[in-house]
Parts: sequence; C-alpha cells; structure tokens
Amino acid sequence: MARSRKWLWWVAIGGPLVAFAIWALATNERLFLVTLLNGLTLGALYFIVASGFTLVFGLMRNVNLAHGSLYLLGGYVGFIVAERTEWWLPAVAAGIAAAALVGLAMQVAIFRRMPGEDLRQTMVTIGLSIVIADLLLWTFGAQVHQMDPPAWLAQPLRGLPLIGAYSSYRLSLLPLGIGIGVLLWLFLNRTRVGMMIRAGVDDRGMLAASGVNVNLVFAITFAIGAGLAGFGGVIGAVELSMVPGEDTRLLLASLVVVIVGGMGSVVGAAVGAAILGLAETFGLAYAPTYSVVFTFLILVLVLAFRPRGILGRPG
Amino acid sequence: MSAANWRKAMNSGAGRIAMGAARPTVGFPTAPASIDDVVAEGDASVSRWLRLLLQHVRARHVAVLAFLLVFPWIASPFFTFQIGAQSLALGIIALSLAFLAGYGGMISLAQMTVAGIAGYLVAIFGTSGTPEISLGWPWWIAVPLAIAIATVCGTLIGWLSVRTEGIYTIMITLAIGVAFHYLALQNYSVFNGFQGLQKVYPPVLLELDWRSPMPFFYLCLFFALGAYLLVKYVNRSPFGIALQGIRDNPRRMNALGFAVTGHRVAAYAFAGVIAAVGGVLFTWYNGLITPGSVGTSSLINILVIAVLGGMRHPIGPFLGAIVFVLLQNFAIDLFDRERFNLVIGGVFLAIVLFSPDGLIGLWARFANRFAAARAQSSPVARNAVAGGSSQR
Repeated sequence: MARSRKWLWWVAIGGPLVAFAIWALATNERLFLVTLLNGLTLGALYFIVASGFTLVFGLMRNVNLAHGSLYLLGGYVGFIVAERTEWWLPAVAAGIAAAALVGLAMQVAIFRRMPGEDLRQTMVTIGLSIVIADLLLWTFGAQVHQMDPPAWLAQPLRGLPLIGAYSSYRLSLLPLGIGIGVLLWLFLNRTRVGMMIRAGVDDRGMLAASGVNVNLVFAITFAIGAGLAGFGGVIGAVELSMVPGEDTRLLLASLVVVIVGGMGSVVGAAVGAAILGLAETFGLAYAPTYSVVFTFLILVLVLAFRPRGILGRPG
Repeated sequence: MSAANWRKAMNSGAGRIAMGAARPTVGFPTAPASIDDVVAEGDASVSRWLRLLLQHVRARHVAVLAFLLVFPWIASPFFTFQIGAQSLALGIIALSLAFLAGYGGMISLAQMTVAGIAGYLVAIFGTSGTPEISLGWPWWIAVPLAIAIATVCGTLIGWLSVRTEGIYTIMITLAIGVAFHYLALQNYSVFNGFQGLQKVYPPVLLELDWRSPMPFFYLCLFFALGAYLLVKYVNRSPFGIALQGIRDNPRRMNALGFAVTGHRVAAYAFAGVIAAVGGVLFTWYNGLITPGSVGTSSLINILVIAVLGGMRHPIGPFLGAIVFVLLQNFAIDLFDRERFNLVIGGVFLAIVLFSPDGLIGLWARFANRFAAARAQSSPVARNAVAGGSSQR
C-alpha cells in the first residue's frame, strides 16, 4: 500500500515534469539546457545561504530573520576588500569573517540573555534586520554594486556540447555548493563539535545535562551559520548584484528552501535549494510574469501534503 | 491571561451557561408567562444592560471617546488626516494581527497581505487611474466583494499556516506575504506591476467627499471603534475563550473535544475581515495601492506597530500606530528623513528587549509600581491592589 502510493506520487509529480522536459528539449534544446544550468547554479548559491539558516534554526529554534542582512553585509565587505586589494580570496575571507563576527555578537550579546524565548528572539532578529539594512543603505547608498569574478574565472567556457559558451564562474558554483555540502556533512557527522550540534538538535536539555558547554556550541553554530550567509553574500555579489532589497530576496529564498526541504536538515536544504533554483529560473524563462507563482505553488503543495518539509522528520 | 485566569474565566462562563439553562424551569414553572411577566423580563434585561454598561464603561473610556470625537474640530486638517486617520487605518490592520497573536498565539506577518489584497480588489473592481484594469463597478458592489474575497484569502492563508506551529508560522506567513509582493510586482495584466493602481478614492456620498480630512477621519474612527468593540466582544465569547485555551494548551483543548484546527482557521477568518476593512481604508487614505504597500517592510511595519503598542489588549495596536505615525512624520525634525527605518528599528528593538508587552506593558508596570507605593501607605488600598492584580 505504502509503496504503491509512493509510486503514485512519483508518477503524479514526475510525469508532467518529464513531459515538459521532452517538449522543451524538442522545441529549444539550448534554452532548456542553459536554464537547467542556471537553475542548478542558483540553487547552489541558495544552498550555501540556506544551509547556514537551517543550521542555526535546527539547533537553536531561532528563526534568524536577519540572515538576509548578514548575506548583504558579507557581500558589501567582500566588495570593499576586493576593490582595495584586488584579490579575491581575501575578499571571501573578509566577507565570511564580517558576517560571522556580527552573528557571534548577536548570539553573545542578545540571544544568550533570553534563552528559550523563541518568539522574542525572532522579534529581535526582525528589529536587527531593519537596523542593519538601514545602516548598509546609509553606508553604501542605493546604487547597484557588482563585484568582478576572479581573473581565472572571468572568461566564459567555450565549446560545450549543445549550449556553446557558458559563464565559467557560474559553472564553478555547482562544485562549490556540492563541496560545501560535503564539508558540512563531514563536519556534522564526523567531528566532535558536529556531534554536539546534532545532539543539541535532538535534545538541548540532555546535551546541557551531560556536561557540554551549550553556550559555546550555540556560539560556534551561530558563527558558522552567519559565516555561510556572508560567504553566500560574496558569491552572490558577483552572480547577482548588491542593492538594498537583495537581503529580503535571499531571506525569502532561505525561508522557502528550509520550509520545502525540511527545517534543520542540511540534506533537506540541498533538495529545497535545487527545487527553488530550478523553479525560479524555469519560471522566468518560460512564464515570466507568473514565475513567483511556481515558487508559491511548490510551497503550498509541500505544506499541504508534508507540513514538515520533504525531508522533515515528524515532530 | 495566565492559565489560572483562563480557568477562572472558563468556569464562570460555564456557570453562566448553567444558570441560563436552569432559569426557564425556575422562572416559568408550567404555562407560558403572562404579558406582565414578559414586560417585567424586558425591563429587567434593559436594566441589566444598563448595569453592564455602567460596570464596564469607565471615566477614561468616555474621556478618550469624547477626545476622539472632538479631535477633528480642534486639530488642523494635517493632524486629522495624516496623523489621526492614518493611525486609525493602520491600527485596524495591526489589530487583526494583535488578535491572532495575543489571543490565538499565532503571529501572522501576512495580515498586511490580506489588507493589500482588499486594497487591490477595491481598485480592480471599482475605479482607478488605470481604466484598462479597473472594472468601474459602483462602490456598494466593489467594496463588500473586495472585503469578502480578501477574507477568503486570509482564511486560506490561515488554513495553510495552521498546519505549522509557533515559530514556523512567522516563516510561512512571511514567505506567503513576500511571494504575493513579487507576484504584484511582476504581474502587469491584473496588478499593473511596479506602478500599481493609482487614484483609488472613497466615493462621494450624501454630498460629502469622504476623502476630505474630517469625514474620512470619522469613517476611520467608526470602523476602528467597531473593530475594537468586536474584538473585545469576541474575546469574551465562548469562541474567544476557547481560542485562548488553545493558545495556552492546544493538547489539553484537543483532549477536551475542541476542534483546535477549526478554531485557529476561524480566528484567521475573523482577523481577515478586520484586516480587509483596514486595508480598504488604508488604500483610500493613500489613494493608491502599489507592490510596495505589501512589501516586506510594510508587512514588518504592521508587526512593529502591534508589538510597539502591545498585543495583550485591543487598544495596543492603536497606541502603537499613533507612535509609529508620529515618528514617521516627525523623525524628520529630529533626524534625517532617510533614517526613519533606523529610528523605528531602534525603537522596536528597545521595546522587544526591555518591555515585551509593549507600551501597555510599560503602562501596567508603571501603574503597578504606583499602586504598590500607595498600598504601602494605607492597608485598605493594599487589599484593593491584591484583588486587582489577579485580574488583567
């Protein structure tokens, strides 16, 4: 019974998708493949940002609505460092460090003082996101900033079968996203701190009772989560662009990815990010004025049938 | 309301129902009552209503109401329209959130979306500056239809978000709200994209232009009072009591046989009506509806207003709206106009960090301290304080 129903789901969802893919390949194979690549690379960026969000949420039940602001902060800091030093790696490091430091400060100065008050913590992150967004607007103005990709990725990749040329920077995001996912998985599953974090996700009280310094684990997690947002910011500063309002966009993306994928699960974030990235780019390519509706539809369907997300565990 | 208070309210409610059920057998033993009895009963009910009214209406209520009624006559049109009417319209929308959050325990950021849907629908069904989109129906069809459809949308949003609990509700309603913002931004055939719909004005009725400051203020005041009293009434009704029970302990209410999901969705529907009415008024106030009206900052502003005032009492959102609008208009004198968000974000942070119950909480703390100081001087007052502090 359960197996046949699972099959039914695969056919009901996969069937139309396969039919669409065949139709799109037959009519315009280049558009389809380029859109596919765009979707996957955008998904990689979403994954990097949303994995930090889901990590913090899973452990601390803290919906960090300032996550988008940390993303933008990392992007701006990376942009400045890249402009001053003309090197790319220091820019990435600075972006990560800036976001991680702000995240750490938030955890140590504010969230530690209100343990267990999820709702109040979320309100605080809302207030912080308003303040940070306005400070960034004050400092950097409303114009669009765009960062140059590193020199060795600046030239498009030519001579690809079927699609011809494609931006090598964008293509590099795919292995980068996968690499970060693998690193995160190794960190969570193979290291001592990762073990503590997983234990904290399952039962915070028990972790504290067994003698672990929970505050330290929280601080490390928050720094990593915020650092991932900053990393995403530097990458996004090249791929997308930096302008006030991008913070909301990435916050929405993180929210949808985490809701669709399952809250607190890194693998779920990967699945959700891939789905959202593909849905957005295909929507923009094939039905421009209604592209958001697809995102929304996916959200509604997942919520209606799997309220805890595709890979979410029942509570 | 604490669990003990809730239990007390529950018990007294049950007691009243039991008394009501018992009365016919006591008061009317056998045959139908004579006319005198009916008249006496009618008199009794009138006097009971009067007594209830006298019991609940305090001097401060009369003073506030009188001030609000006189306000447009003593204030300049700027204050009547920009400050007064805008605060009332925003307060109505924030009230719908405060009802959901304070009595249902569900913080929905999508209340501004419901209000925005109502605003868009009024513009689409009625008249606007874009005749290709607007259908031009008369207001008495357009406005009720807009409110009805927006309420249905609010109920659907609620139906989706009650599948999750607590902290998740914020995420999901925020996602829904932002998704609607992008839909309105990208769609030109219905929502007219970035431009939105301009020149959406209230009708001219009874030879009165309802957009001129004084009539519009009274219009907003009428609906604000109505919404305020309605929320107060619903909170005391069996439905409201059950909702507060669900907020405090859903599992126990479920075990008692209450439909938890049903009550929550119904709360969303009720809040949807209020938000839709507020949305129509706010759209009329602005004279236009754009994607910016339902953007993230607008969604969050409603939360800021509700939290600023306090969500424990229906007056909170209106207080919050007044402070918010005053800051919005006069922050320019204190700071740079561009830095309004910094000011409001800072105020919001300060309130959340230091007084989670908002301005009402500050007031209650102040009043408590004052009463405690007085109680120390006289033993009679101490008893009064001890009695008063148990009821909120």
